[in-house]
Amino acid sequence: MPTASVAKKSYRAPQRVTNRVGRRAPELIFGDLWAFDPAPESADPKLKARYDLFINGKFVAPKGGKYFDSINPANERKLAEIALAGLADVDAAYAAAQRAADGVWGKMPGRERAKYLYRIARLLQDRAREFAVAETLDGGKPIKESRDFDVPMAAAHFFYHAGWADKLEYVAPGRRVAPLGVVGQVIPWNFPLLMCAWKLAPALAMGNTVVLKPAETTSITALKLAEIFQDAGLPPGVVNFVTGAGDVGAAMMKHPTPAKIAFTGSTEVGKIIMRSLAGSDKKMTMELGGKAANIIFDDAPLDQAVEGIVNGIFFNQGHVCCAGSRLLVQEGIAEKVLAKLKTRIRTLRVGDPLDKNTDIGAINSREQLTKIRALVAAGVKEGCAIFQPECALPPSGFYFRPTIFSGVSMSSRVAREEIFGPVLSILTFRTVDEAIEKANNTAYGLSAGVWTDKGSRILKLSTELKAGVVWANTYNKFDPASPFGGYKESGFGREGGRQGLLDYCKLI
Amino acid sequence: MLVRSPQAALQRLFDEVGSVDQIGIDERVAKYATRSVKKASKLWGLRTAVTMVDLTTLEGKDTPGKVDSLCQKALRPHDDASIPPVAAVCVYPSMVRHARRALGNNSAVRIASVATAFPSGQAPLKTRLAEVKAAVADGADEIDMVINRGAFLAGEFGRVQDEISAVVTACGAAKLKVILEVSELETYDSIRAASFLAMRVIRPSDFIKTSTGKTSLNATLGNNQVMLEAIRDFYLDTGVAIAMKPAGGIRTAKQALTFLIAVKETLGDAWLNNARYRFGASSLLNDLLRQLDKEKTGAYQAPYYFSEAAESY
Repeated sequence: MPTASVAKKSYRAPQRVTNRVGRRAPELIFGDLWAFDPAPESADPKLKARYDLFINGKFVAPKGGKYFDSINPANERKLAEIALAGLADVDAAYAAAQRAADGVWGKMPGRERAKYLYRIARLLQDRAREFAVAETLDGGKPIKESRDFDVPMAAAHFFYHAGWADKLEYVAPGRRVAPLGVVGQVIPWNFPLLMCAWKLAPALAMGNTVVLKPAETTSITALKLAEIFQDAGLPPGVVNFVTGAGDVGAAMMKHPTPAKIAFTGSTEVGKIIMRSLAGSDKKMTMELGGKAANIIFDDAPLDQAVEGIVNGIFFNQGHVCCAGSRLLVQEGIAEKVLAKLKTRIRTLRVGDPLDKNTDIGAINSREQLTKIRALVAAGVKEGCAIFQPECALPPSGFYFRPTIFSGVSMSSRVAREEIFGPVLSILTFRTVDEAIEKANNTAYGLSAGVWTDKGSRILKLSTELKAGVVWANTYNKFDPASPFGGYKESGFGREGGRQGLLDYCKLI
Repeated sequence: MLVRSPQAALQRLFDEVGSVDQIGIDERVAKYATRSVKKASKLWGLRTAVTMVDLTTLEGKDTPGKVDSLCQKALRPHDDASIPPVAAVCVYPSMVRHARRALGNNSAVRIASVATAFPSGQAPLKTRLAEVKAAVADGADEIDMVINRGAFLAGEFGRVQDEISAVVTACGAAKLKVILEVSELETYDSIRAASFLAMRVIRPSDFIKTSTGKTSLNATLGNNQVMLEAIRDFYLDTGVAIAMKPAGGIRTAKQALTFLIAVKETLGDAWLNNARYRFGASSLLNDLLRQLDKEKTGAYQAPYYFSEAAESY
């Protein structure tokens, strides 16, 4: 029974508008009362008209004499010509890498290798704006991301691994480590420079030499990084870049020279590579696709969760293998979260990636745009409710509106297949166990997010979710010291931290 | 049986209005600071910010002369006559009649007064209400009150709300701004909860306000964001639009623009005017003028080209 004193102490509860018949529901206006003028980043990307292969410390023309165009996905204009490598070029690159491994780099004391890595990191910082603009032009990502994330994080990876280079005897306590020799690496187009750094820094710190192939749509920043290697005086052959499409990558993988293959890209290609390497004694690490569950419990701080959802799926146009593309919301708050999410994405700015105010830039290629459109059409056909904010898109270039599917079931294609675009699928759950089961009910296992005020629940989920990374009350956080990698069809091996280094050495 | 400790009461209130993650808020507002506002959009932002200033002097050494000078500055911030007047002057109750004399009866600049035993609020309710009534009788258009933080932290939310209600009544036609004094509430959770307590008893178009400017921490992008989100949720839930005033610590034009970007992206266009958003500041005004001059002439003018009317706050 409420006593008089309790009644006196009770405070006034919300006066909800219950009778809205005939009244418009309150709505926020995100119009153009205060429209922002264009604010393009003006730094010169210092692009060359033509980029050759980088073999044995020099830029060399491909033996076949062929080049292909690299275009700017924001306006479909040509940026530069990129050399198309052939088998002979791949041979030359591996030969140079082998010579460097045997002659210089493998024998060099770690503390000397560290000096080169520090120098590379600092030169990259010196030229950060130039690299950021080049990355945005080539890949279509917003300048604020290349400026605030890709380039600084790439430098951070070189710094971090430079620090390890003279401390390798502590990587595996009780064991000694030795370099593998030559490593073949193939990287994707979503974080061209950053993936270069992720792959190169640990391999070089450990004393390996590298042949690396950037993705064919985004080769420019890797080749600009080659200029930095020249400026840093990195010995010839320690890093070699060959450029071209999938067939060049296949030739690299099958080549007899590399002791290890490291691949980041789609699960589909990863499987092909693994088949082609079966029976060989090559070491492998694979960082493949994902369909991460971002799980929102009803006690989560909702506005911050919404921010994390937006960051999780719309970061880099959703071209992120660990993107939080499956949103699992507890049923009681599903409606509220969806409403908040819709309000939030109305304020996202889609457009010219070079504009400093752009939140969502261009889709990386026409091919990827076609794939996203097809999967979104499949979602609509399956009866999922679609929401896209009304925003003007530039007349040319590859753009796609941020998209939310609600009422998605576990069997929908948009809930199972990796879309690799700005498309979020919302599912609901009722209990903690159901959330875990749904989150793990996927072929992938790269990452997951948990949003709750309850610490014990975070600990439980981080143990039970089969994902390489579990973020709690945040999303898409990276650090060179933190290992990254997947379960199941998301791959194996880790990148970053001590675990990442172990994947680039022999234990003796 | 209900647990009646202050902590339990706070917890129940948090459960009801929702919690706030500090790291998440701080990350969100860091993104506002990366927005790049140029050219015409910068001019619009700066001019709008001028019209939102509550030009403030709250010192023991305030005199009628100082208040008169503040009022003249408020009416005509700069030699350039195209610069609009500010929203209001903000003074102690004893100075209201001097401000009224300086501004006249039909002024574009409103008079705000900090009543209710500002800044501590530690006076009997009767005294605080009498102060509000006296300020209104002397000609105040707006009253800036402080909430009873002691009662809030003790979990006596009913008392906090009853006192605000009593001040609403005492205000009559005057607008009310409810100062939460965020630095004494400490957490974003408490700021959100206190925002809701206040919004439920004030009238549409009344304000919630961050701080008095008299403690160590005043308006920040973070606490501004927490309060904007509370206003947004309350509006979408009830249809009642509450206004917002960050006060103290906003000294530069760049800061003010960042706060306005937060408003634009959280509450939208309907809040980008001085009926719904204000800056409690004094030194901010001259920096806004200086930036406006720079946009016009391409060069920064020396500070002595801009008339002084108030000291920093």
